[in-house]
Amino acid sequence: MKIIVCVNHVPDTETKVKVGADGKTIDKSGVNYMLNPFDEFAIEAALKLKEQFGGETIALSLGPDANKETLRKALAMGVEKAVLLKDDAVRDSFSVARAISEELKEMKPDCVLFGRQSIDYYNEQLPGLVAEYLGWPSVSVVVKMEAKDGKLVCEREIEGGHEVVETTFPAVISAQKGLNEPRYPSLKGIMAAKTKPIEERPAKQFPAGVEVLSMSKPVAKAPGRIVGTDASAVPELVRLLQQEAKVI
Amino acid sequence: MNILAFAEQRDGKFKKCAYEVVQAARRAADGLGGTLSVVVIGKNVTSIAPALGAYGATRVIALEDDRLERYSTTAYSKVFSDAAAKESPSVIFFPASQMGKDMAPRVSARLGAAIAADCTAFRIENGDVVATRPVYAGKALVEVKVTTAVKIFSLRPNVFTAAAVGGGAPPVVESVRPALSDADFAAKVTAVKVSEGRPDVTEAAIIVSGGRGLKAPENFKLVEDLADVLGAAVGASRAVVDAGWRPHDEQVGQTGKTVSPSLYIACGISGAVQHLAGMSSSKYIVAINKDKDAPIFQVADYGIAGDVFEILPALTGELKKALGK
Ligand SMILES: Cc1cc2nc3c(=O)[nH]c(=O)nc-3n(C[C@H](O)[C@H](O)[C@H](O)COP(=O)(O)OP(=O)(O)OC[C@H]3O[C@@H](n4cnc5c(N)ncnc54)[C@H](O)[C@@H]3O)c2cc1C
Ligand SMILES: Nc1ncnc2c1ncn2[C@@H]1O[C@H](COP(=O)(O)O)[C@@H](O)[C@H]1O
Repeated sequence: MKIIVCVNHVPDTETKVKVGADGKTIDKSGVNYMLNPFDEFAIEAALKLKEQFGGETIALSLGPDANKETLRKALAMGVEKAVLLKDDAVRDSFSVARAISEELKEMKPDCVLFGRQSIDYYNEQLPGLVAEYLGWPSVSVVVKMEAKDGKLVCEREIEGGHEVVETTFPAVISAQKGLNEPRYPSLKGIMAAKTKPIEERPAKQFPAGVEVLSMSKPVAKAPGRIVGTDASAVPELVRLLQQEAKVI
Repeated sequence: MNILAFAEQRDGKFKKCAYEVVQAARRAADGLGGTLSVVVIGKNVTSIAPALGAYGATRVIALEDDRLERYSTTAYSKVFSDAAAKESPSVIFFPASQMGKDMAPRVSARLGAAIAADCTAFRIENGDVVATRPVYAGKALVEVKVTTAVKIFSLRPNVFTAAAVGGGAPPVVESVRPALSDADFAAKVTAVKVSEGRPDVTEAAIIVSGGRGLKAPENFKLVEDLADVLGAAVGASRAVVDAGWRPHDEQVGQTGKTVSPSLYIACGISGAVQHLAGMSSSKYIVAINKDKDAPIFQVADYGIAGDVFEILPALTGELKKALGK
């Protein structure tokens, strides 16, 4: 089975966001990047599929050279090959999805895994867009996955429960926390990842669909009120919730 | 100009986000000088469609087939896109619910319509929709415009108002049997496992959330008791989810759920940036933490700088009295 896992390189969750000089994107100075957290679950799922069915695993990322760092993390976890679709511009999901889909059509995988969502722009769009461009079924926000007898049975998280979804390969899967416990890269894996070649080609260009007009910081909340330090403050808290906030 | 809205239903009942989306789309249609059509998909949905009238729907397209009783990513996005192609809308609204977020990208690819996802506000400016969406875990906001001919906006649940307005004429409901073949059900839902009891954190009006300050999994009983008096959902920090004290689907934060309840009560939670990312858009925040310098107090409207083991039972008791339970 040929398994491709798409990975994104995103600002560390501790990042203090400053608006950049263009007023539309963040100031990148001093920002550390990391493998998008949800993509770790996708990588683990890819490695498990390979353990079950054999074949090969390939990590794919579209972005600047810096994304190689994230590809190396995937290699260190045990993915065999990595491909960078090089693109230095900031792109929206609409164009990234087209570029990745064109590449995937040539690579002809049996399964493409994604993280549920990138934690930079929170788009949660790529898996569905790519599935549609490939004409494949998909299951998103997957917390359980079992491939057996030519069938793929997944559970996806919905409000207040799970949907059990049945489909077949080739398929697109987007991984949610809970799907598995991502393995830590072994020391051997980390060493090997340093020397594994990363294939590189320019990303195909497609028109964008979303234009950012401006970026701003949310208005900071006025400091709240400490009502007290022990149970004697409870009646006052209840009064405030009922009469001032009117939320209960 | 035609505006379309997708009204989500499950088990023959509209979700609250359906009303939010219809009402927001009505505002957009009025602002753009366009006409609004609402699309409902499912089994026998014609009968429930009139309920959308109170939220501003004047015309409802009910796409019906017994096979559409449960959600199917492939079938729902196909029948929606086919209906949209006939209506040639300029703007389409979806809820950013689990169904909406799954469907919208497929519809986007089919119609060549880009999406501004998970919007928390929008305004009409020069005949166009300008939407606001939080990025970088709510640490920044962007204002965006969609530049494709057909524009899709998905709206974050629990943020837009859904207030029924009485008195209007009921909507015109058109029942349509969409073209479907078995191949359109390449992925299909065969069962739904419903978690019993409390509401989901993304839908709840009130959330009571617990963190490591609760000390042990069994002490979450204190959080649950408070939640039950309020009819609230139970949330959790990642620390207690990773420790196995609470299920994954309760995790609030950057790598968990983004929530916007009217009241969020954080108990024994320090307020790490990754946690704040998921809940800072709550309308009111209450923090109970014995460390008065804990960062959670910086976003809290009201706080008690005390011990959860003392405050929670007292608060539950006081609320029982106040709410007559
Ligand atoms: C990539 C990444 C993603 C992350 N994503 C998330 C996420 O989505 N959601 C999330 O929550 N975290 C997330 N985190 C983790 C986050 O950084 C914090 O570690 C976590 O939120 C801490 O949980 P906590 O507040 O329960 O625990 P602590 O930080 O240990 O806080 C416990 C608090 O309880 C208080 N306390 C102790 N005893 C009592 C008592 N008796 N009465 C009252 N108060 C008491 C203490 O004063 C303290 O403030 C993420 C981290 C990373 C690196
Ligand atoms: N530039 C990218 N290159 C490769 N994969 C990506 C890229 N951006 C996002 N992804 C994948 O798509 C998933 C969903 O991202 P998004 O739609 O951006 O929220 C992520 O978890 C990644 O698996």
